[in-house]
Amino acid sequence: MAAVFEYWLVTYKRVWRGSALSTFVLPLLTVLGFGLGVGEYVDDGLGGVSYLDWIVPGLIASTVMQVAVFESTWPVLSNFNWVRTYEGQAATPMRIDDILGGNLIYVAFRALTGAAAFILVALAFGALHSWWALAVLPISVLLALALAAPTFAYASSVSSDSYLALLLRFAVIPMSLFAGVFFPVESLPVGLRWLAYASPLWHGVDLSRAATLGVPADWSVPGHVLYLALWAGGGYALARVRFKKRLVV
Amino acid sequence: MKRFGDFTAVDGIDVDVWPGEAFGFLGPNGAGKSSTMRMIGCVSPPTGGTLRILGKDPTRDGPAIRARLGVCPQLDNLDPELTVQENLTTYARYFGIPRKVARERAAELLDFVQLSERAKGKVEPLSGGMKRRLTIARALVNEPDIVLLDEPTTGLDPQARHLVWERLFRLKRQGVTLVLTTHYMDEAEQLCDRLVVMDGGRIVAEGSPRELIERHSTREVVELRFAAESQEAFAGKLEGLGERVEVLPDRILLYVSDGDTAVADVHARGLTPASVLVRRSSLEDVFLHLTGRTLVD
Repeated sequence: MAAVFEYWLVTYKRVWRGSALSTFVLPLLTVLGFGLGVGEYVDDGLGGVSYLDWIVPGLIASTVMQVAVFESTWPVLSNFNWVRTYEGQAATPMRIDDILGGNLIYVAFRALTGAAAFILVALAFGALHSWWALAVLPISVLLALALAAPTFAYASSVSSDSYLALLLRFAVIPMSLFAGVFFPVESLPVGLRWLAYASPLWHGVDLSRAATLGVPADWSVPGHVLYLALWAGGGYALARVRFKKRLVV
Repeated sequence: MKRFGDFTAVDGIDVDVWPGEAFGFLGPNGAGKSSTMRMIGCVSPPTGGTLRILGKDPTRDGPAIRARLGVCPQLDNLDPELTVQENLTTYARYFGIPRKVARERAAELLDFVQLSERAKGKVEPLSGGMKRRLTIARALVNEPDIVLLDEPTTGLDPQARHLVWERLFRLKRQGVTLVLTTHYMDEAEQLCDRLVVMDGGRIVAEGSPRELIERHSTREVVELRFAAESQEAFAGKLEGLGERVEVLPDRILLYVSDGDTAVADVHARGLTPASVLVRRSSLEDVFLHLTGRTLVD
């Protein structure tokens, strides 16, 4: 598994300069645009803090989701169909768990670096209220796995990349809009509220917000962790079945 | 044996490959060569029969067997974004080879396949022949006991093919067991000590290239072309010449032991073909005789 992770790190080394820049620039732009720009019109802030401080943890979780889903869609399809990296790995002593696990660890690593960069930007804007903000790092890893594992299962099941665009349109964009990133889920009509509660992103947002603001979470912390772990574990089991079906034929 | 649902890709083949041997699977497309190779490569469990590789059972000891195999797949699956050298060093890590050793071995192997100058360059701009050589080098990174080559020179130009053959021949001399599939007869004759001809998932012939030619063809073949529209008309007049007469749309083949005598006999019968070619019988004659001339797609 370590050898597979190492391979992905070597591939990352070739693009990291470009990606490192966007890792910092993107949070900066979103903080400026939403936090300061939109925040200007939110007079009393939210939950007793300024809109900027309130929105930052949501933006971190949302960034983690984007990285996790992006790295689990087109790359996975390519590793099966175009570059056929997995086929090459399957011919070596590497087992399905090594191939799948090593790649997932890499996705978690990418999400982690994204979250860490965002925390630095948030620190510069004084948006962090507590040392608990450091807990955002493990939360981001868990959230990334909760989203990446099922996405691996989906991407290894579809026949063409047009299905990946569907995933972005019907899962990723709705989640980033309605899962408590920009406004509290309680403002939604009751039916939609339950959809937001069911989404992994909301659980990551609520945990991250409790951490950066140093306040209690809206829902049970062990409950959040367990729910995200279920998505990660269930997604892994499904992805494992799919990988086995495609690599061992 | 290998079944995919109702379709039987490999239907009862029985072969033994000895250490140090170069063994070939020959056959038209769809004969079951690649399925056989995937089973030997321990990525495709057999659905029936017994398979032992290096004395081990692939369904139980897959990773341990794969650690001692080198696999060169039909389609290259190199990483185009990485450098030539990185493709080898990252692959070596899958076999648990320490980084330092991996770098040394990569340098040796790139020298072996004549790609040292491209070590730091990316894979993407390499020619087909260079990529193939790199894939072969990658298959050797764990110093395997057996190297599996699935159509190693398909799609390469003549220079590239000869270079690959020459390198594979050297490997064979070093005592590495080669198992390869091909539908090129010259490749099989050049490389294989022993081979089987497969058709429809079964073995239809087995032996050394020489033995197969002796057993399934004659020593020489005379190719006759008649100026007339149809060659059929002349077939009757050639009966009894040689062991077998085969009529093709554009020419007639006589399978004989002595070509020159046969040509003299043709002229003695008062026939004057527009062109006459006497050649030695090749594996291609065996192959076409055994698997038929019908195109399989």
